[in-house]
Amino acid sequence: MVKLMSSTETAQKEIVQKEITLNMGPQHPATHGVLRLVLDLQGETVVGCDPRPGYLHRGIEKWMESRTYHQIIPMTDRLEYITCMNNNLGYVVAVEKLAGITVPERAQFIRTLLAELTRLSGHLVWLGTHALDIGAMTVCMYTLRERELILDLTEMVTGARQTVSYVRIGGLRNDVPRDFINKCREFTEIFPKRLEEYDTMIRENRIWLQRTVGIGVFSAEDAVNYGLTGGTLRGSGVNYDLRKVEPYAAYDKVEFEVPLGKNGDVYDRYIVRINEMRQSNRIIKQCLDMMQPGPITTNDARYAIPEKTQVMQNMASLAHQFVLMSKWVPMPKGEVYVATEAPKGELGFYIVSDGSGRPYRIKIRAPSYVHISALPKMVTGHMVADVISCIGTIDIVLGECDR
Amino acid sequence: MDPLQIAKMIEEKFAGHVQGTATFAEQVSVLLIKDKIKEICLFLRDEPSLKMDHLADLTAVDFSRYPGDTGLRFEVVYNLISTVHRHRIRLKVRVPEEDPRIDSVSSIWQTANWHERETYDLMGIKFDGHPDLRRILLPEDWEGHPLRKEYPLKGY
Repeated sequence: MVKLMSSTETAQKEIVQKEITLNMGPQHPATHGVLRLVLDLQGETVVGCDPRPGYLHRGIEKWMESRTYHQIIPMTDRLEYITCMNNNLGYVVAVEKLAGITVPERAQFIRTLLAELTRLSGHLVWLGTHALDIGAMTVCMYTLRERELILDLTEMVTGARQTVSYVRIGGLRNDVPRDFINKCREFTEIFPKRLEEYDTMIRENRIWLQRTVGIGVFSAEDAVNYGLTGGTLRGSGVNYDLRKVEPYAAYDKVEFEVPLGKNGDVYDRYIVRINEMRQSNRIIKQCLDMMQPGPITTNDARYAIPEKTQVMQNMASLAHQFVLMSKWVPMPKGEVYVATEAPKGELGFYIVSDGSGRPYRIKIRAPSYVHISALPKMVTGHMVADVISCIGTIDIVLGECDR
Repeated sequence: MDPLQIAKMIEEKFAGHVQGTATFAEQVSVLLIKDKIKEICLFLRDEPSLKMDHLADLTAVDFSRYPGDTGLRFEVVYNLISTVHRHRIRLKVRVPEEDPRIDSVSSIWQTANWHERETYDLMGIKFDGHPDLRRILLPEDWEGHPLRKEYPLKGY
């Protein structure tokens, strides 16, 4: 028979605190995908964190070894599946560097324009979900409303809202339609006011400040040593933006600033990304103004995919199209590592070519993978609820983490 | 600083451990022997004129099916950047098939920790001195290293 203790006996018993291990499992509304965190808790405080990625591992790098350079483009969409245009661009810029292909100016401007639109789209999703996790649900509704406008614009140009596969090696799939320029301009007029709406909602909100200031602090030196890039790094004050350091596409022709933070906490990264959205809007306006009529495919005859009308009428174009689509043309033998500034950070492609039309090895340096590796340092010492703020601030998408 | 100058600095300081320098598409790779990799990386990180404070990527390539390749089977590749001086360099080290081990640089750049775990997981290269070398993307009880060329694309 169990002896029940009296209340005085219970009060005299010493309370023993033990560390518990909590599994924040792959199915969780706030982990932005299938991320599994094994947290060691002392009460409510996190003393250890072991992220276990791999739930979305699809073996993309191995699969890419069996496909031609052209066939890989749709797969790069599925890496960071919210801002697909930037992944396409990052991959194609790497292949163009490997083969030494120059892209005409109009194509560069359209690439930059769409890359910045997609950056806006990615940051809007980040802001919406980050705020939603912390509790500010209204922000999510507003940002997704703006994102619909961007997705409409993207669909107008590429035919798809999200997984666009729009960039081609040497240029683009097609030119922008006639009414796109005006619609895009309308968007750039509307967007700053809308951005002010969500910014004023939370920037000086007491609850937001309490949940984000002083949380997840990374010093500048640590941030660089841990491999952080993108907005996560610039929140700590390190001025490193690949669009300025190693310009690609038309980034050396447009003017924009790189916003920096000071303290390296969640709040500073929020400010950095909001300001990045303003700068993206500025870049889009400049691209619309500076774009001139011209070709959108390279004039390098080896790699340029012939136009459909030519393929239907011209024997040489037909043969070339067939070779390109079935086994691609031999590429120079060597290796390149090219990194571009994706919305999440530095997206790098290390391509090893053996001289055939298929890559020998592609390594995708995914910013989300590196940022999750910095999560244990960020959350140790904070409470469980701060883990959610930290996951939101490092801005991850598991598709690119796991590949 | 021009990447070829960086390569020369490494060659001068660690003569005998550098097998050569290769340039392709304006990018410079330095081929090294694996025994002094930690000293070389420390030199690259701490030397004021180089200040390679950011390890962008650490990966490995399996050269067993590369046409015309005669070296050791695996190549570990380090892509380094300096956020201060804005220059890049690539280090390449070959390791043999029978004993694919190399020193870990996770004490020099913390980001190497997860990159080395992934290289171990998918390619089977062991990193001596790594604090926690276990599989990361695949389940712990997985057998085999999928990125090796003999591993079939659709698995077993």
